[in-house]
Amino acid sequence: MTAALVVTVLVSGGVYLILQRELLRVVLGFILLGHGVNVVIISAGGMANREPALLGQQDRAAMADPLPQAFVLTAIVIAFAITVYLLSLLKAGDADDDGRRAEPDGSGDGDGGPDTAGDTGTADGSAGANGGDR
Amino acid sequence: MTGLEALLIAPIAVPLAASGALILFGIRMTAAARRAVAFSTVVAGTAVAAVLLAATSDGQVIVQRLGGWPDGIAVPLVADAFGTVMLLVTGVLGIACLAYAALNDADGDRAFLPQSLLLLAGVNGAYLTGDLFNLFVFIEVMLVPSYVLIATGRGPDRIAASRLYLTVNLLASTVFLAGLGLVYGVAGTVQLGDLAGAAADDPALAAATAVILLALSVKAALVPVHNWLPRAYGAAPAAVTVLFSGLLTKVGVYALFRIYAVVYDGDPRFLPIILVAALLTMVIGVLGAVGAGGMRTILTFHMVSQIGYIVLGLAIFTPLGLAAAIFFMVQYVLVKAALLMVAGAVEQHAGTGELARLGGLAAHSPAAAVAFAVSALSLAGIPPLSGFVGKLVLVVGAVDAGRIVAALVAIGVSVVTLLSMLKIWNGVFWGDRAPDPGEAGGSAGSTGTVVSLRVPARAVAPALALGGLSLLLGLAAEPLLSLCLVAADGLVDATTYAGAVGG
Repeated sequence: MTAALVVTVLVSGGVYLILQRELLRVVLGFILLGHGVNVVIISAGGMANREPALLGQQDRAAMADPLPQAFVLTAIVIAFAITVYLLSLLKAGDADDDGRRAEPDGSGDGDGGPDTAGDTGTADGSAGANGGDR
Repeated sequence: MTGLEALLIAPIAVPLAASGALILFGIRMTAAARRAVAFSTVVAGTAVAAVLLAATSDGQVIVQRLGGWPDGIAVPLVADAFGTVMLLVTGVLGIACLAYAALNDADGDRAFLPQSLLLLAGVNGAYLTGDLFNLFVFIEVMLVPSYVLIATGRGPDRIAASRLYLTVNLLASTVFLAGLGLVYGVAGTVQLGDLAGAAADDPALAAATAVILLALSVKAALVPVHNWLPRAYGAAPAAVTVLFSGLLTKVGVYALFRIYAVVYDGDPRFLPIILVAALLTMVIGVLGAVGAGGMRTILTFHMVSQIGYIVLGLAIFTPLGLAAAIFFMVQYVLVKAALLMVAGAVEQHAGTGELARLGGLAAHSPAAAVAFAVSALSLAGIPPLSGFVGKLVLVVGAVDAGRIVAALVAIGVSVVTLLSMLKIWNGVFWGDRAPDPGEAGGSAGSTGTVVSLRVPARAVAPALALGGLSLLLGLAAEPLLSLCLVAADGLVDATTYAGAVGG
């Protein structure tokens, strides 16, 4: 029950923040949502067994399921890396994710050839085509 | 067979190692050396895929448990006919894409080669894994470099497109993870072998797995969760779009097929839902393409539409329908890559992809025109090209399964596909030659100028090669089609796969 309540609070907070306009809030929303999901996975291993999963030092019956813990560890690492990258995108453009006013030249790319010389045209096209999507 | 089992790790480990080497030492290497490393890696991966395909083409399943751990604890890598076909087509597309990038100097960006190899490692891993959690990990391995690659564009929309792409995919990944937690909570395992057929018996597990399928639908860009794709892909550099179109959404589709076949055991109760999603995807995608005004925008909308065709095969779930879907997916990856290469080359050399500002390219860029025409006709399903075979078998499969409406929709959407391809053809390749090509050189962004510069043959050489491959697959479809039937049998009767993975 406690776990369910924790997940409820984390996920509703996360969803609320993701629906905001400002990207920083969206990032914070994803952090909350990720934590909520991590609690789901941990609780999938059973809430009753809570002792550390150390073979030879614990009673096996009281030991927590180590597999969901390993899953969550992996998920935290991935989510951390993506959050950092998302923050760098936040720094590269405007705070508002509307994007139409985003800076055309962000900082620090290696210089490629004129590979995207036609992007202006494409961007116009997709803007027109996506008018009805949003 | 021990040698082959050891090979399973190669398609993942080799590109990972090469990518790391390029990140560490690439800055001190010449461009030619970087290309040589990347090419040899992708060619080696393709060769391994061909060897694995030869071994699995009789329906055999090869399993490797990493680290020698016992079943249930080890990370299983599994190769069956379906997975290795996808592995091979990934390799072929990787070679074509690197060739295209090299010929068009699109791989100058320091991020391009290492991140592409990392992406390929993730894609290969997703095709080989036999465990839902590792599917999640490999999809992330594939997505993280794609986040970087999509931001290497130059357009005004690149940051906005990157943010959209990243947040949508991060949300889908989070939903995937939640589904994993639920599956583990219900079944106590996330290994595909142990989950075989479980969702058909247990409604709770069926609901939990459906959360994962929902997340995969976002990644596959199925309607109604497709809106991110045209907007995000349109702003990426051309070479990156080529890579993405053949790899990212296909991994989502592959995982849908695999999970539905193994975990649900092809349960007919849920097939109508997939059918509706597939038909909507086909129709809405193609209507978006008709309404779009840029070459690459039209093509990205087609991506959505064609995914509907592939998923239609899953909704039919007969050996013939699934074989048609796999055949269609293989040829579609190649054809769509060729189309996007031509569109990218036109954008680069003519300065724009807007149909309204192009014209008469066929007169002075015959190579680009031929490459486009062959691939476009194949996409629309005109004989004798590979798209025709794929669609024909798919329609026959649908009629066989009693899905007459689906077959009619598939044919109707083909006609509209042809229509929008003709729109590109008329706008870009036919018509009057642009009056003043000299002035067009630096006017990529200016409006109202008709620009038309020559697209050199070497810029579209990989597209021509892929078009030739499409012709070959259309004229001699039998070998691939019988291979797809083997793969489809492995999906319809998943016991061999599940037995091998579960040990």
